[in-house]
Amino acid sequence: MSEQQYHAAGDGDAPAEPPLFGQQGGLAAGVLNYVYGLALAALLTVASFWAAHTSLIYGPSVPVAIAVFAVAQMGIHLVFFLHITTAPDNTNNVLALAFGMLIAGLVVFGSLWIMQHLNQNLMPPSPQALP
Amino acid sequence: MSASVDDIPEAGGQGRGGPASKRVVVGYGFWIFLLSDIIMFATLFASYAVLAGATAGGPRSQDLFRPGSVALETAFLLASSFVCGMATLAVERRNQRWTQAALLLTGLLGAGFLTLEIREFASLVERGAGPSRSAFLSAFFTLVGCHGLHVTAGLLWLGTMMAQFLAKGFRQNIRHRYLCFSLFWHTLDIIWVAIFNLVYLVGTTPYV
Repeated sequence: MSEQQYHAAGDGDAPAEPPLFGQQGGLAAGVLNYVYGLALAALLTVASFWAAHTSLIYGPSVPVAIAVFAVAQMGIHLVFFLHITTAPDNTNNVLALAFGMLIAGLVVFGSLWIMQHLNQNLMPPSPQALP
Repeated sequence: MSASVDDIPEAGGQGRGGPASKRVVVGYGFWIFLLSDIIMFATLFASYAVLAGATAGGPRSQDLFRPGSVALETAFLLASSFVCGMATLAVERRNQRWTQAALLLTGLLGAGFLTLEIREFASLVERGAGPSRSAFLSAFFTLVGCHGLHVTAGLLWLGTMMAQFLAKGFRQNIRHRYLCFSLFWHTLDIIWVAIFNLVYLVGTTPYV
């Protein structure tokens, strides 16, 4: 596998296209990108599993710590695996991602917020209504 | 064909340099689909978060989930995502042998993940913790099962990609299909990150 094979003619699609994700650089740089991504993702996974079973973190804040590790790992995946970067050909992707995150956040936190209020405001069931 | 790849200007989709190249447009369109898929998963996460405590006197998440099997599933899917990246590098270099080998390994790791998940589901149902036991378990099976269905569909897609590379070579439209597949596969791993952290790990802490 060498740089030359980018330019392999045939297939009838001249001119040669840049790499699929628009990432320039040789094979070593490409592999290194994925290795970095794998190492960081593995590190954050281990951190999450560690946080779930440690007594070093103040107990009630453990779920928050896990959520933080989760968001960080999703960011690592986006950058190193999906190549959602700040490159000029990626601006539209980043904007779509931002909108998607807005909607997902509204759905999740809105649901939790509303359902918690409903739970608090509901009357306890009367004894007669129970079967 | 003497010009280097780096010399060819490629429009990025902001109007400068003409219309965006097909590669950018295809990736963008599929990214929009993936975001809508992510929003669908967000609704499933929301219903799980709301119903996680509604156990109807049945088993709670702390009684059911075993971190060991989840760690193995996570390792399989993360490795699969990494090998899929290797396949992308091989596709970009039009190397048939490496492409097929990397895609096969990607699929095997994905199948390993799926096997573990099916075994976990079967053991839950065996212990009387099936989807009909409580609202918590209904939401759990819907969320995690939907991810499992996506992985299954991804495996079928992966098989057709291997066949297409073999039969039709590295034509531009085939490579664009592969671009969509790799985006899909990596996104499934992102959703799994949310599942194993928020469902399994947070679910086994005694504080929720």
